[in-house]
Amino acid sequence: MKALLHTIRSLFMLELWKGLSVTGRYLFRKKFTLNYPEQKAPVSPRFRGLHAQRRYPNGEERCIACKLCEAVCPANAITIEAEPREDGSRRTTRYDIDLFKCIFCGFCEESCPVDAIVETRVYEYHFENTDKAAGGHIMTKEKLLAMGDKYEEQIAADRAAQAKYR
Amino acid sequence: MEFLISLYQALPVWIQILLKIVAILLPLILTVAYYTYAERKVIGYMQVRLGPNRVGPKGWLQPIADVVKLMFKEVLLPTKADRRLFLIAPMISLGTALAAWAVFPFNAGVVLADINAGLLYILALTSMGVYGVIIGGWASNSKYALLGSIRSAAQTVSYEIAMGFALVTVLMAAGSLNLGQIVAAQEGGFLHWFWLPLLPMFVVYFISGVAETNRAPFDVAEGESEIVAGFHVDYSGMAFALFFLAEYANMILVSALTALMFLGGWLSPFQGTFMESWFDWVPGFVWLVLKAFVFMFFYLWLRATFPRYRYDQIMRLGWKVFIPITIVWIVVVGVMQVYDIGWWFDQGGVR
Repeated sequence: MKALLHTIRSLFMLELWKGLSVTGRYLFRKKFTLNYPEQKAPVSPRFRGLHAQRRYPNGEERCIACKLCEAVCPANAITIEAEPREDGSRRTTRYDIDLFKCIFCGFCEESCPVDAIVETRVYEYHFENTDKAAGGHIMTKEKLLAMGDKYEEQIAADRAAQAKYR
Repeated sequence: MEFLISLYQALPVWIQILLKIVAILLPLILTVAYYTYAERKVIGYMQVRLGPNRVGPKGWLQPIADVVKLMFKEVLLPTKADRRLFLIAPMISLGTALAAWAVFPFNAGVVLADINAGLLYILALTSMGVYGVIIGGWASNSKYALLGSIRSAAQTVSYEIAMGFALVTVLMAAGSLNLGQIVAAQEGGFLHWFWLPLLPMFVVYFISGVAETNRAPFDVAEGESEIVAGFHVDYSGMAFALFFLAEYANMILVSALTALMFLGGWLSPFQGTFMESWFDWVPGFVWLVLKAFVFMFFYLWLRATFPRYRYDQIMRLGWKVFIPITIVWIVVVGVMQVYDIGWWFDQGGVR
């Protein structure tokens, strides 16, 4: 009896029709695809994208070359060299982030006592020259500060939004 | 218009025939191109994606871009491949796929070669198509290609039998091998079409057709997860494009044949009902195309839904399910004919 039922069921392809009805229904479902360059997914204020270095409102760079970020970096992506500036304050002479090594964990940002190194929402970037010797993959101090200057408003807003959770 | 007709009649016969061939093949190849686009769109939609939408508005130029890409790619010849066979194989595939359209009637009397053994001719050519696959797989001199072609050959041969038997019931019901007369025998409205008296054959024929064209869920010949791409692993550029074209032309052929033999071809579905006069203005060709589209859509729907059959399951289905069913139904149709059961065979038959 059971075998007969099974035979009938498979002969009339009942289960296959069920499968077809599922895909048939999905044909008319709302599609989730974002048409990327025209539409973009929302980005969280906690997003960890390309790095930047911030300045104080008076234009002074925040970084004091404490090297905590260099120490905490699990990928050893950060290289810092520092010496006293003419006015005697301690500043970096070199601050490189190797984007080939960086894993975008955000530890550098967490460790920074003066909120100098941050990760921005920027995720659309590329290296014009991937040759290691050309150093296109290195975020130098100049590039980092330029990023900070460009996106300061967004960075400040994101830090303010996240302040109560930190 | 009259000038054009007289000009056409003034041409030598062989040029007239060439023109007819172009008139069939050009739309066919365009349909193939946009069938691939439809395939990607439909499967995409069923997977809750959008499918191609970057080339041209809504991606309408995608098939053109694909064709151009394939034309400019190099046709690679593997060092150890048999050069001649390697290049002949795709031509056999495409040649048989296109030649089968010669006897296909697009409307009452609109057919390139109105031969009496049309059904036999189509059966012969669709089974010839497998030689392209076998030779291609053999000539590539690669284990994956060979495995693919062996699988494809075994599968095609198995389903050929079920398909042939299903067609035998059709010719019993119609009393003719001529495709035009098969449609004429279905005259009389929706309930007179052969899908009703031959319902199991209708299903068996279409499924065998899917298996014949090596399409999902019977695509073990390609089986990308096991044997990369099967018989056409080593083909690139236009040589690959020919295989591709042949596969899709065959799919369209099977869809159109199913519409022709089981859904009354160019006959209006409203024949014999009160709505018949409302649709008098619709040319028969449109009905045929609409019916064929249903099956073409089914091809894509099946592909989006079912996982690939295991090889032994394919063989089991072909030999132990389809062939017995078809043989039983040949007897049933014979009995229906002899004892004049039902209203469906009033147009003739073998009696």
